[in-house]
Amino acid sequence: MNEPVLDIRGLTVDLGGREVLSEVDLQLRPGELVGLIGPNGAGKTTLLRTALGLIPSRLGTVSVHGRAARQAQGTVGYVPQRHEFAWDFPISVAKAVATGRTHLTGLLRKRTEQDRAAVDAAIARVGMDELRTRPVGELSGGQRQRVLVARALALRPRLLLLDEPFTGIDAPTQELLSGLLSELRDEGVAVLMTTHDLAAATTLCSRLCLLNRTVVADGEPAALADTDIWLRTFGLDRAEQLLRSLGVSS
Amino acid sequence: MNAVVDLLAGPWEYDFWRRALLVALLSGLVCGVVGTHVVLRGMAFIGDAVAHAVFPGIATAFVLGTNLVIGGAVAGVVTALLIAVVAQNRRLKEDSVIGIFFAAAFGLGIVILSAAPGYGGSLESFLFGSILGISDGDVVSVAVIGAILLLTTGLLNGRLVAATLDREQARAVGLPVFWLDLALYVMVTLAIVISLQAVGNVLVLALLVTPAAAARLLTDRLGVMMLLAPAIGAGGSVLGLYLSYAFDLAAGGLIVLSLTGIFVLCWLFAPRHGLVRRPRRPQSTSDDPVGALVEVKS
Repeated sequence: MNEPVLDIRGLTVDLGGREVLSEVDLQLRPGELVGLIGPNGAGKTTLLRTALGLIPSRLGTVSVHGRAARQAQGTVGYVPQRHEFAWDFPISVAKAVATGRTHLTGLLRKRTEQDRAAVDAAIARVGMDELRTRPVGELSGGQRQRVLVARALALRPRLLLLDEPFTGIDAPTQELLSGLLSELRDEGVAVLMTTHDLAAATTLCSRLCLLNRTVVADGEPAALADTDIWLRTFGLDRAEQLLRSLGVSS
Repeated sequence: MNAVVDLLAGPWEYDFWRRALLVALLSGLVCGVVGTHVVLRGMAFIGDAVAHAVFPGIATAFVLGTNLVIGGAVAGVVTALLIAVVAQNRRLKEDSVIGIFFAAAFGLGIVILSAAPGYGGSLESFLFGSILGISDGDVVSVAVIGAILLLTTGLLNGRLVAATLDREQARAVGLPVFWLDLALYVMVTLAIVISLQAVGNVLVLALLVTPAAAARLLTDRLGVMMLLAPAIGAGGSVLGLYLSYAFDLAAGGLIVLSLTGIFVLCWLFAPRHGLVRRPRRPQSTSDDPVGALVEVKS
């Protein structure tokens, strides 16, 4: 089997003196689409940020393309939650997408033909061709999500991390995004996304990783029918609700 | 008609007015460009802090008889660093820390200046500007530093935009966000220092913020904003000086009021964001006060 693109072993992370992640193991290989599931405060975003080299680990290792996370910065596609972006900034869709490649351009260099092609291809993939000159402040929630995904794709990444991409978007964007993530998986991109939308995650993802401070379970959606796993991840009330939505009887 | 020509040509007959017009033009231009990033980042308060923070440096340089620009820049950067360090304490919000330090810097500047002879006059010229007292050497240093600032903004523009747009993503791809912040602080400090003589310490914030804010009302394109802001800044500054020449009133105050006048006009009549404009949708309901309010604000 292929070498893992993302290899997390024994990862323990403290934030403000509190242990947020404890001995997390997670491997992502090319062509895998993994859903990271867990309740609020389970450490999902922290796990993504650690993989991006934004948070140091106390114990364990995170390697991306065989390098330490910080050394791999600039090669990983990242789609943060929508509120991280300054939507009131006077910038068009195409220019916002192009900022995904800013760090590749030297201070004195102009954008190359390659930059332009990557940006155009990314905009086309999220179906925003007709809106490319539109100021980002005038976009709907779904369109904004598409801009963030395009900005990450403009890097042509082999590893794509998405934080809650399905939250608060319209049905057409949801459909487009599901199709796009499947395509990327088929092209051999390794995709890791956090999500609250369990139903979408089970149909879309090749693997689910249930996280609550540590990895409670990790496997194909069908293999996670054991109610105990869900109880341990989410607690009693929430788990019952989730299981019902998945058609698993407890 | 002749009166207008006389008024326009009048100040150019005097050396000190020519220097004043040149410095006003350059300050307006440079502050407009740098101010665009200040306004888009929402760091007007930090700009105000830096304007006050340079004061003890300038006072020290004045008392010691050394270069005012260097003195101001050193004080501005030291204060910015102090703020950055103390703001790491998570019990205090950053704006409180900024408030403490810029008032302290201002107090220090006044104390230092009071040690020098002719305290009252020099204090007044620092606080409110002395654009008619500018020397040839001052014009040269304003021009050189201004050119460096425009060049730096050009080089860093893409990175500054990326960092303002989405700090998290900028850090994730390895852009040096901390150094970009610092570079922007230093640029703001220098823009303020070269503009101090035109409008003085108290009013310099207007040169940085007002033209860029007016330009933001007129456009949704960063490139256009970065051309409009310096145009408004330079135009408003020169207009203010002419008004000062014509009516023999304080130059610094009139420059700021001219810029404010332009801002108000933009606020009222901007094509898409303005308060006074044709309603976009005729069916817009007048018996829906919240909707009407949102309509006006959007």
